[in-house]
Amino acid sequence: MQIYVCVKHVPDSAANIHIVDNLKIEESVPFLLNPYDEHAVTEAVVLKNQVPGSEIIAVCLGKKDAESTLRSALAMGADRGLLVETEKVCDSMTTARALHAAIVKDGPADMILTGKESIDNEGMQTQFRIGALFDFPVVTNAVSLDIKNGNAIVTCELAGGRTRTFDLSLPCVIGAGRGLNTPIYPTFPDVVKSRKKPIETLTLPELNVPAAPGSAKIVSMTPLVQKRHPRKITGTPSAQAAEIIRILKQEAKVLS
Amino acid sequence: MKQAGIVIEVEHNQVKETSLGMITLAGRTAESLTALVMDGITREITDQLAAHGVHTIVDLVLPDAPEIRLNPAVRAAAVVHAARELTLDRVLGLSSPEGKDLLPRVAALLDAPLVMDCVDVDLNTGLANTSQYSGKVMAQIQLTGETLVFGVRPNAVPPEPRPVQAKTVVLTDNEAVPENITLRSWDNKDSEGRQSLVEADIIIAGGRGLKNKDNFSLIIDCAEKLNAAPGASRVAVDEGWVPYAFQVGQTGEKVSPQVYIACGISGSIQHFAGMKTAKMIIAVNRDENAAIMANCDYQVPGDLFDILPEIMKQL
Ligand SMILES: Cc1cc2nc3c(=O)[nH]c(=O)nc-3n(C[C@H](O)[C@H](O)[C@H](O)COP(=O)(O)OP(=O)(O)OC[C@H]3O[C@@H](n4cnc5c(N)ncnc54)[C@H](O)[C@@H]3O)c2cc1C
Ligand SMILES: Nc1ncnc2c1ncn2[C@@H]1O[C@H](COP(=O)(O)O)[C@@H](O)[C@H]1O
Repeated sequence: MQIYVCVKHVPDSAANIHIVDNLKIEESVPFLLNPYDEHAVTEAVVLKNQVPGSEIIAVCLGKKDAESTLRSALAMGADRGLLVETEKVCDSMTTARALHAAIVKDGPADMILTGKESIDNEGMQTQFRIGALFDFPVVTNAVSLDIKNGNAIVTCELAGGRTRTFDLSLPCVIGAGRGLNTPIYPTFPDVVKSRKKPIETLTLPELNVPAAPGSAKIVSMTPLVQKRHPRKITGTPSAQAAEIIRILKQEAKVLS
Repeated sequence: MKQAGIVIEVEHNQVKETSLGMITLAGRTAESLTALVMDGITREITDQLAAHGVHTIVDLVLPDAPEIRLNPAVRAAAVVHAARELTLDRVLGLSSPEGKDLLPRVAALLDAPLVMDCVDVDLNTGLANTSQYSGKVMAQIQLTGETLVFGVRPNAVPPEPRPVQAKTVVLTDNEAVPENITLRSWDNKDSEGRQSLVEADIIIAGGRGLKNKDNFSLIIDCAEKLNAAPGASRVAVDEGWVPYAFQVGQTGEKVSPQVYIACGISGSIQHFAGMKTAKMIIAVNRDENAAIMANCDYQVPGDLFDILPEIMKQL
């Protein structure tokens, strides 16, 4: 199988985010492979072990330094990388077009794995757009995946622990959720080996990425610090409990 | 803007409160609202929608067979069909569990821009506010295109009555059932009994402070008494005390309840990412220096094993 994994280069979730010009974030923070995409890469490696001879290609749209995220994917077990390099900030309509064009050029794909969402812009949609451009079926928040008789049997989680199981014909697009697997933690030799794996760099003009019929553009950004002013509830546990109940009834009005 | 179509979620023959809130939000910037209802319309549903400002109610008739009706690809195709038939140039739905699987499909099929998890939307200008970077940033996003799609965060706006005259239209979708994606099985243990985390008014969540799986039942029992949804920190999930579906935070659910009661949770940046938009936060913690104690509305210093049983007793 030819397995493509879309990996995004995103700021570390633990980093403090500072905003410049009310428009973008200060990019001097550490960047990593998007956590959900780690599950996608891990699942690709699982599939490759099941279907010997498969190849895993990690694909990323981003700036030059996104190469480090592709290297992380290679250290986890991807065979080679494709970097669609651009300095531009791309919305998901354009990102999907670029990833689609890169995969078409390199393909053919039997399966495309993504994360269920990127943790920076939390779009939750790129996988569906890629699927629509290819006319491949798509599911998201996958928590289990099996290949049977040339079909993908995928269980996806809705919130609340509810699940649905789908039968997808290949090729298909699958957005990985956190329940899918435990991400591979590369060993030092894996990291060393990954340095020799090839990364091909492509550009938007050379891929002839078509213009999208719409766009999503960030016009301003503000820090979301909700400074609360805590009041203390003291006394015996019984008095504290009584006060909590009073607050729920009288202030929050969520109890009758 | 011509027409705004709102995808309605129904539960137990009632329009969900969160859907009514979304109608209120849409009504602030749209003159004329069209509700898209997928699983059958009753008199009660019509009345509720009309009472909140919906002018046109569209009964999107889907095949009866549940494996077809519940297939998100079928549902998305039905919404797209309605958008084209009724020339809707704005489509809204909830950023709920179902919505997260529906709206991106709709946007992809329409090749239209989409913002999920909006806390505010201006349907005229196409501007939407949504949080990004694990809830650390509020971004204002300008959508442009022929049709714009918005996912609205449940509970972003409370419903307000706005009675109007509503007419009902039946739309039968004859689109072929997709062959490349079939629904094999599903479970419907929905919020019967237990409240859904993203839609609950009250969430009571437990963390490492609960110490083990048995103790965690204290949170679940308390939730039942309060008619609240139980939640958890990642530690409680990773330890196997509760399923992943309970997790609140950056890699769990993002919730905006009226009240969030955090018990034995320190308030890590990743946990806050999931609950910082709660209207009120009450923190029960024996460490007065825990991060959550500095960023809540009510700090309750003490032992949760003393305080929670008292709450149960007094209710
Ligand atoms: C990429 C990434 C993603 C993550 N995503 C999430 C996420 O989505 N959600 C999430 O929650 N975490 C997430 N985490 C983990 C997060 O960093 C913290 O480790 C976690 O939130 C801590 O959980 P806790 O508050 O339950 O435990 P702790 O931090 O150990 O806090 C336990 C608290 O309980 C109190 N306590 C103990 N006993 C009692 C008692 N008897 N009575 C009262 N109080 C008591 C203590 O004082 C302490 O404050 C993520 C981490 C990473 C790196
Ligand atoms: N710039 C990008 N490069 C590679 N993959 C991406 C990019 N943006 C999004 N993706 C993929 O699409 C998934 C969903 O992203 P999003 O729609 O931004 O939430 C991510 O988990 C990635 O797998």
